[in-house]
Amino acid sequence: MKYVDEFRDPEKARTLTREIHRLVDRIVRDRGGLKRPLQIMEVCGGHTHSIFRYGIHQMLPPEVEFVHGPGCPVCVLPMGRVDDCVALAERPEVIFTTFGDAMRVPGSRKSLLKAKADGADVRMVYSPLDALAIARANPHREVIFFGLGFETTMPSTAMTVLEAHAQRINNFSLFCNHITIIPTIKAILDSPDLHLDGFLGPGHVSMVIGTRPYRFIAEHYRRPITVAGFEPLDVLQSVWMVLRQIAEGRCEVENQYGRIVPEDGNAQALSAIEQVFELREFFEWRGLGSIDHSGVRIRERFAAYDAERKFPVANLKIADPKSCQCGEVLKGVIKPQQCKVFGTACTPETPLGSLMVSSEGACAAHYRYARIDTSALFAHKAVTPGVVHPGAGA
Amino acid sequence: MNDRIGRLRDVTINLAHGGGGRAMRDLIEDVFVTAFDNPALAALEDQAVFPLADLARLGDRLAFTTDSYVVDPLFFPGGDIGTLAVSGTVNDLAMSGAKPLFLSCGMVIEEGLAVDILRRVAASMQRVAIDAGVSIVTGDTKVVERGCADKLFINTAGVGVVPPGVNISARRAQPGDVVIVNGFLGDHGAAILVARKQLALQSDIESDCAPLGSLVDAMLDACKDIHCMRDATRGGVATVLNEFAVSSGVAIRIQENALPIREEVKGACEILGLDPLYLANEGKLVAIVPAHAASSVLAAMHAHPAGTRAAVIGEVVAQPAGIVVLHTVFGGQRIVDMLTGEQLPRIC
Repeated sequence: MKYVDEFRDPEKARTLTREIHRLVDRIVRDRGGLKRPLQIMEVCGGHTHSIFRYGIHQMLPPEVEFVHGPGCPVCVLPMGRVDDCVALAERPEVIFTTFGDAMRVPGSRKSLLKAKADGADVRMVYSPLDALAIARANPHREVIFFGLGFETTMPSTAMTVLEAHAQRINNFSLFCNHITIIPTIKAILDSPDLHLDGFLGPGHVSMVIGTRPYRFIAEHYRRPITVAGFEPLDVLQSVWMVLRQIAEGRCEVENQYGRIVPEDGNAQALSAIEQVFELREFFEWRGLGSIDHSGVRIRERFAAYDAERKFPVANLKIADPKSCQCGEVLKGVIKPQQCKVFGTACTPETPLGSLMVSSEGACAAHYRYARIDTSALFAHKAVTPGVVHPGAGA
Repeated sequence: MNDRIGRLRDVTINLAHGGGGRAMRDLIEDVFVTAFDNPALAALEDQAVFPLADLARLGDRLAFTTDSYVVDPLFFPGGDIGTLAVSGTVNDLAMSGAKPLFLSCGMVIEEGLAVDILRRVAASMQRVAIDAGVSIVTGDTKVVERGCADKLFINTAGVGVVPPGVNISARRAQPGDVVIVNGFLGDHGAAILVARKQLALQSDIESDCAPLGSLVDAMLDACKDIHCMRDATRGGVATVLNEFAVSSGVAIRIQENALPIREEVKGACEILGLDPLYLANEGKLVAIVPAHAASSVLAAMHAHPAGTRAAVIGEVVAQPAGIVVLHTVFGGQRIVDMLTGEQLPRIC
C-alpha cells in the first residue's frame, strides 16, 4: 500500500499558507478592515477531523475561522433513533449490525455499546455486505443493518438491499437512517443567525452526487463553495480557493477534489440510490431539529427489507439535553469551547451531545486535539511565526 | 511423587481435565511439564521454591508482576497467545530494569479445545521463555464449560530482580530528557486487526511480539540512569506518553516525522480511520533518558536485534504539564490525548 505523503508536504503547505495570508491581507485592505473574522464552514466531518489532526486551523491568519458543519452522520443522529436501535438490538431474534463509531452514541437509556454489554447481539461490521453475509450464515436469526450516513454510504446500503432481494435473503433488513446533505445546507443558509462567508463542500458525498447540486449556494445564497479533498494540502488549497473567490467578489462552485469528484457524480451509485430509496417528508436531526426532505426511506417495492416495517419501531422523539448546545455549534453560532458544558459535564468519556462522540464531531475533535493552545510550545518551529490562533482555552 | 509421566490420549479437552484427577494430571505432565521442562515444575509441588541467596547476587530488590492474556484469534502472524503470555510478563518485569527469572502460568481452558492447540501454545511459551532466560516454574489449570470462556485464557505472573542503582519510574521524566522507542510502532495491533479477517485487507504485517529483557540490559549498560520505561501494549505509545506526562508533571512533545511506522500499518490505519499511536505493541518500549545519554543508549539499542530501528521521537519540556503534543508532518500541532474506550473505526 503506497501512502499519501505527497498530499502532506510541509513545503507546499508553507507556500499555500503564505498565499492565504496574502489573500486575507488583500481582503482586509479592500474592505478597510473586518468587523468579524471570515467564517468558512467545512460541511463534512472528515474535514473537521483533518483540520484538527494536522493542526490546519493554527496555520490560518486570525481573520479566518473554521465553522464545523453538520456533516458527521453519527453526530446528527437524534437520541430517539438511537433508542430505536437499542430496542431493535434487544429483540432476542435479532443480530444488530453497525459501523463501529455508531456504537458509542448515547441514547436516552443506553448506547449500543452498553446494550451489547447487557446481552444484546450487536456486531460491528465494516460494510453492509458483511451484514448480509451474517444473515446468510444465520438463517434462523433476523439480521438488521443500521444504515447511517449521507450519500457517501447510501449507495453501498442500496446495493446491499438489491443484493438481498436478488438472492432472496429474507432474514436481512435495513434500519434506514440515511440523510441527505443538500436540504441541510439549505436549512443552515436559511437560519437567521448565520454569518458564514463560504463553504468547503464535502468530498466523498460529491463523488456520488457531483458538484451541480451545490449551485444554489453560489447562485441563490451568493456564497462561494469549493468541493474539497481530505488530505491536509487539499483542505489548505480549498481554503485558499474560497478566499480567492471572496477576494475577487465571485460566488461559484469550484472543485478542488477533481481527482475523485466528477461534475456529474457517479451514475451507477445514483441509480442504486434511486431504485431503493425515496425522500421522507422530514427527518429529525440532532441539534438542528426537523428538516424537510432531509432523510430517505426504503421504497414500497423493497418493504420486506425495511426494519421499520418489519418490526415495531417506536419512533420516539427525545429532546436533546437542555444544557447541550450542539445545534448552535453545528450552525457555527458558537465554538465548541463556548458551550456551557464543554469539557465539564460533556467530555468524550461521558458525552452529553453527539458532537462529543465521534472523532469527526467538532467538540470531540476540539477536546482531543486542541483544548489547550499548544502553538506557544512549538513557537520556534511554527510555520507562520507570530500567528497564534485565538481561543482554545480550557 | 513423579513416578511416571502421564500420557494424554484425548484429542480435545473436557471438564475432567480440570477435575483434579488422573485426566488432569496426565494433561499437566504430558503437555505442560514436558514443554516447560525444568526441575522446579517437574517436582509437581504446589509451589516453586528458590533460594534467596541466588537472587541476592543479582540485585537488591524483587520485581513482581502479573498479567492475563485473552486474544482473538489465538494464533496470528508473528505469534500466538503463548508468545504473548511470556513476553508480556517478561517485559513488564524488564521495564523496571529487573532481570526476569521465574514465571507462573495459569490456564483457563474452554471445554472442547483441541489438545493440539494447547501443545502448540505451550511450545511457544517455552520457546520465548528460553529466549528471555526465564523458567515457568509453577502453574494451574482450570477447565470451564463451553461458552464460559473463549477457547483459552492465560495468566502469567513473574518475578525478577532489580540491580542496585537502577531506579526507573513513570514519575522521573524531567525537562530536557529525550524520548526513545525501539522500533516500528503499531505492528501488533495492525496484525491482529488483519488476522481477524473481518476486513477485506491483505497484508504481511506481523506482530512484533518479543521479550525485551536483553535489550533493556544493553540499554542499562549504556546508561544506568534511565528515568522512565514502559512497554507500549494496549493503548499504544500515546497512552504510555500520557502516563509519563501526568505522573511526572511534565509535557512531552513528539515529532510525527520521527515516528517509526511501517507503510503497511499507516495504510491500514488510513483506511480504518485509526491512529497508529494508539495501536497495541507487544515488543516495543518507550524510554525516557537524560539528553546526555541519548546517543549512547540509542547506539546500544541499534546494536541489539530488538532495537535496530530504535529512534528518538521527542523530548520532555516543562509546560503544559500533563499534556502530550504532536508536531505534525504538516507543520501544525495537536494534543495526543488518552484514548476513550476502544478505537472504533470511522464510518466514512
